[in-house]
This record gives sequence, C-alpha cells and structure tokens, in this order.
Amino acid sequence: MTGKRQTTMLSRVADSLYWMSRYLERAEHTARLIDVDLQLRLDQSPEAGSGRWWRLLEALQAPAPEDGKIDATSLTHILTLDKSNSSSIISCVASARENLRQVREQCSTEMWEQLNRLYLQVNSTTANEAWLLHSYVFFRAVREGAHLFQGVTDSTMSHGEGWQYIQLGRYVERTDAVARLIGAYLSRLPYSKERGGDQALDQAVESEEYLEWVGLLKSCAAFEAYCKRHTAELRPLRVAEFLLLNPEFPHSVRFSVDKVHAALRAIADLTERKAEQPVRLAGRLRATLSFSQIDEIMASGANHYVESVRQQCGQAHTAIHQIYFDYPVEAELAF
Amino acid sequence: MFEAPGVPRPHYQALFQTLLGLPPEEMRKSQQAADLSFLHQGITFTVYGNDEGTERVFPNDLLPRIIPHHEWRKIESGLTQRIAALNLFLEDVYHRGRILADGIVPRELVYSCRHFRREMRNLTVPRGIYVSICGTDLVRLPDGSFAVLEDNLRVPSGVSYMLANRKVLKKVFPTLFRDYGVSPVDHYAQALLATLRALSPASSTTRHEPTVVLLTPGVFNSAYFEHTFLAQQMGIELVEGRDLLVHDNVVYMRTTAGLKRVDVIYRRVDDDFLDPLCFRRDSGLGVPGLFNAYRAGNVVMANAVGTGVADDKAVYAYVPAIIRYYLGEDPILPNVETYMLTDRLQREFVLENIGELVVKAVGESGGYGMLIGPHSTAEQREEFRQRILAEPRNYIAQPTLSLSRAPCFLDGEAQARHVDLRPYILYGENVTLVPGGLTRVALRRGSLVVNSSQGGGSKDTWVLRA
Repeated sequence: MTGKRQTTMLSRVADSLYWMSRYLERAEHTARLIDVDLQLRLDQSPEAGSGRWWRLLEALQAPAPEDGKIDATSLTHILTLDKSNSSSIISCVASARENLRQVREQCSTEMWEQLNRLYLQVNSTTANEAWLLHSYVFFRAVREGAHLFQGVTDSTMSHGEGWQYIQLGRYVERTDAVARLIGAYLSRLPYSKERGGDQALDQAVESEEYLEWVGLLKSCAAFEAYCKRHTAELRPLRVAEFLLLNPEFPHSVRFSVDKVHAALRAIADLTERKAEQPVRLAGRLRATLSFSQIDEIMASGANHYVESVRQQCGQAHTAIHQIYFDYPVEAELAF
Repeated sequence: MFEAPGVPRPHYQALFQTLLGLPPEEMRKSQQAADLSFLHQGITFTVYGNDEGTERVFPNDLLPRIIPHHEWRKIESGLTQRIAALNLFLEDVYHRGRILADGIVPRELVYSCRHFRREMRNLTVPRGIYVSICGTDLVRLPDGSFAVLEDNLRVPSGVSYMLANRKVLKKVFPTLFRDYGVSPVDHYAQALLATLRALSPASSTTRHEPTVVLLTPGVFNSAYFEHTFLAQQMGIELVEGRDLLVHDNVVYMRTTAGLKRVDVIYRRVDDDFLDPLCFRRDSGLGVPGLFNAYRAGNVVMANAVGTGVADDKAVYAYVPAIIRYYLGEDPILPNVETYMLTDRLQREFVLENIGELVVKAVGESGGYGMLIGPHSTAEQREEFRQRILAEPRNYIAQPTLSLSRAPCFLDGEAQARHVDLRPYILYGENVTLVPGGLTRVALRRGSLVVNSSQGGGSKDTWVLRA
C-alpha cells in the first residue's frame, strides 16, 4: 500500500451510485412485503386482515388512497405500478435505472444490462385481473432481478470506492426499512398485557397470532433462518431479537449497521478524508446494537428503541451527504 | 468500387470474391449479429425534433470501405497541411489580423461570422493551437481524387463509431481482415489523451500528469454515448457543468475526496453554453467563471473557444488562399467549388440555377438548413431564394456532387449507396491521423445526405498498410 489515492470519484457519481442502490433495495423490500401480505390473506378471514392494510402502508411510508377506501386491488396498485407514488416498485426501479444511466461508464456492462432488463420487464407490466391473480410471479421477478443485480455487481465490478457506495446505499436503506417494519408490527400487534403481560412475549404465540409473526419473519426473508436458530416455535421476544440483534442474518438491523460501518470506514480510507462524523455515528449505532439485550429493549419500550435506531441511521445518511456529496466549497478551499 | 461494370478495382477484388462465395443467409446472420452487438452495447444517438423514440441505434453496414495506402498518404499530408494553416489563420484573426489587412480574406466576412468570439482577442493559447481535434469531411470528385467538403473545427463527433465499427468487423470477417493488411485504429483514445496532455497549461502544478476531463452536456445530448465511451477509453473523468466550479480563476471538480484541480478540459459543449457569465446567460450546462479561468491561462480547453470562425462555410471558400498565404504551398487537397452569395454575379448565377445546386446555411451542421436542388420542390426552392435575398451572407452554394458510391449490404443483397469520409486529425505535440475514419452512408436509395440525424449510417473504413 502506497497510501496514495488511486482513482478519482466525482461526488455526483458517488451520489448516483448510492441512490441507485437505495432505490433497488427499496423495490425489493416492497415486493417482498406485498407478496407476503397477499399470501397471508389467503389463510385468513377478511376481517382479520383488515388492520394490516394500514400497517403495510405505515411500514412502507406510502400514501393512503385518496378516498380512504382500501382493499387488495387498490393497495397493490399503489405500491407496485402507480407511477404517481414515488416509492412504488415501478418508480423505484425507474429511479435506480436513471441513476445508473447517468454513471454508465462507472459500472460494468453486465450490471447495466441486468438493471435495464429488470426495468424493461417491470415497465411492460400492466395491471389487470389476471395479473393480480398471478402477481406473485411479478414480485418474484422483482426480487430475483434485484438479487441478480447484486450478484453481478459483486462479481463484475471492482470492490473499490464505487462499490462501497453501492454497499452503503443498500444497507442504509435496509436498516431503515427493517427497523420501520419492526416498529409498525410492535405497535399494532394484538399482544396485550391482559394475557399475561411481558411474560407472554417469551412464550410460543397462539394460533391466530402465529400467522402474523410468520408474516413478519417472511417479510425479512427470515423465516427459515429463524427456524434454524430457534426452531419453529415462535416467541415474540425471539423474533424481535432475531430481526434486531442477530449478527449473522443479512436482513437483521445489526447486520446491516455493521455493513454500513464497514463501508464508511473503507470509504474514509480510500478518500483519505477526515470523515469522523459518519464513521462515529455508524460506530456508535453499531456498538449500541451489539451490546443491547432484548429484554431490556422491551422493558424500556421497543418502539422507542426502534425509532432511535432509525434516527441515528438518518443522521449517518445526512453526514455522508455532507462529507462526500455536497460539502461546502468554502471549507474545502480554506486548506 | 468498380472500374467498369462487373470489374472491381484491384483492392476490392479479395473482398468481392469472398462475398461471392458466401451464401446470402450467412451474410444476413452476420449482419444480425452485428446489429445486436450495437444494440446491447447501447451504441445509440439521439434524434432531435422528435417526441418519442428518440434513442436510435446508429445503422451500421457490414461491407468495409477500402482505401489503398497511396491514397491515404495523400489524404494524410493534405489534412496535416490544412490543420496547420487553419490554426495559423485563427491565431492571426484573433491577434494582429494580417490576413485581413492584406485583403486575402474580407474583414467583414470574419467579423460578421456568428462564431467569431470577440472575447478571444489577444488571448494566447498553448502552443498556438486552437483546433486540436478536427474531423474533416472528404468526398471524391468525378475524377476519383479526394476533395474537402467541410471542416469541422468545433466539436466534431463520430469517432466512437469508427472504433465500434472496427470492433464488430474484426469479429465478422477475421480472416479477410488479417489477409488484407489493414492499419489499426485502436490507439485513437491514447493519441487523443496524449494530445490533450500536450496542451496542459504552463501554470499547472502537476505538469507531468495533468488532470484531463471530458465535459459533456449530459445524458440527453445526442452524442452522450460517445462521451462516456471516450472518457472510459482514456481513463479520465466524464464531468458535467455542475461537477466543476471556479475559484480564484482556477477550475476544480468536486470529488468525494474533496476538490481536485482541473488542467485540461476536452469540452463537448458548444461555445455558447460554456460559461453563463460570458456567453449565453440561460445556459445551465456551463460553469460560471470558466472563461475567466481560461483567459487567466489556468485551464486549457480543447478545442479553443471561437474556432467556428474557421469552419464557417463562407470562410471555407478561402481556405486554399489561407493555405497559400501562411504556408506558401499549394493545397494538397482541393476544395469543392463554392459560390459566395455576397458577390452579386455569383448570387445571380445561383438564383438562376438553384435547381441544380446545393445551398447550405453557413453556420449550420448535421445536414440541417440545406437545400439539395435536384431533390427539391418548387416551394422549397422559392423559400431558399427568399432567404438568400434577405441574408446573402448566411448562405453558400455548391454544385450537386455525385458522391462516390460504395456497396452496402441491404435487404439481403449488395446495393450501391453514396458515401463520404471523415478522418479525424489530432494536433498536440505534432499532428496525428489515425489511419481510417468514419465512412458515412446515405442509406436511402438515391439520397445524398449522410448525416446520422437524417437517416444516414456508417461503415468501417480499411486503410491498407501497403
């Protein structure tokens, strides 16, 4: 190592790579959530599932329908093919592609072709009854397209600064999305203190709640991984612990924050820049997550904890923006 | 291609025989493979004035055009001579103006040119080179010799197609290619980088390895593909105006590691849009303060600002005189005969014979603002007649050329189409011509317009080694 910087990266390019990755992660997350939700509904009476619409909207920070009426058709449309909703799957994939198109010379040809293919596929989809009936095919295609892009990226692009921004975008988005999802579940789940209070959290859930907890795990692609670790006996406390604090599962909050921290340190090394702020913020969040215990979290209010994680993640995002993408020129010229 | 009907010229014989031996099915497959390769690489250009479907693949024709070695030698020396003279002309026009004082080129012609930049007066550019990247359009005269149709001294494009065509042809006809002894063109990007580096300003702190960038108008520009391609091939940053800023007359680019000083800008943005403080105020593509940094000598732009005065179509008529004036030599490559419409006699002749001539607006390029007499309607001719009378300085006329034709593989068979040739000339430490160029083809039967924006295509150009 000479310690000398090898390559130059424009701020605009880094910004585009970061957002491309965030948008794609968002599309994948949304696709998984709706798919799981629609399948869950098949096992439930219409009444049981009605409260979940709002939870889904909350977890995805999506706008409610204008007329206030909400059902499978309207919700699915808003979240997948509605171009006026900037966080629908179609908008996210289009934004990801647009960001990559502006920095095409920075990515490998394979990456561009993969994302372009996904875009063309999503864009050629029209919503109708038949489509809705088989929408799982669509959601699977989106998830697979995103996974393929990630694999192609990892095996065809140099793991240099640009790649680190892609990592950063993906895991910042994932931290925020998974934390928000856990928050939405915990605040709306029908578990209650009347039925045994906090102790009930550490017991196997009853049959009518079972599906809800399976839904949460599957929304994070975590059901199988959870079963391997804890068997199929679902205890709310263990589920929350697994999704928040597990260091090995790629969709847990802790795992994602570890990756954010690692990417930030790598970027700080590569740019030889004093980037104390974002690295410190991510490092502190990482430490919090590695030393937290789930019963303490629950005792002091899980919602509060999840909110604080999201807030710190948001601060890290802002700091990244200010240090690498949109720094004040005056300060730079001073030295 | 043919000397007489059915008798190919000697250097086409091998190609001709190979083609005769190939089943048409084979050729069609090769063409499909080539087309697909262009589509996948995203080698496209944008057509303006068309709402939807603006991104198109640049049509490519499989049959190469072949230029024998001795002909290329002449082109090379002719273009070297021409770029040298045009640079001396620009230097003179923006300084003492000797050629104007001596009455060789009329003063009013230069000062009335839309692309003349007062801001460039008495500004010294490195090595006195104004035009360092040039693409000159050549056509064959009826006697078979080459003549210059147009100089492109501002931001000539198309070189990426030359390189892409070659890449595809090497795949499609590997043995033919090898046996022919074709001169390579792949070193163009390296030669371009060397040229740009040679221009680096004296004040640069990093004189040994100056920072060179390519300035693009952005993703919506018709040549965006070429910009990304060249930046990637040269290994330099592709920047937009918003990536650059000027402080104390020094240009910086905004990188993740902080601001980085820029020494040379290969700009693919027109003069008008470079600096909103100096040229068009509504330009969002440029960099405020860029021209002052340029004046201060802290950054070099290639090509220099104001080179358009030398490729004005009315000034073009004087290029042979310009060559004689500065170099004391006869031009190696002739011009195409040109009528100046500011001259009363010539104007009257043109107005009478407009049906047989080509009329061109002097400041336009890309095949826009043009009347091809034999292919025009009475209405169009009347419209141009009025325009000429209103603004004679704005137009020139030339005889309709029967551009030479070359065989193209269309609809499953070889058909003759009109072609021209654009070699690319680089001028840094010395003049470099990559042996080859972009052969543009008018794909419509009988059409004389080869511009990509007007239904033209291109083919590979093989310059033979001996």
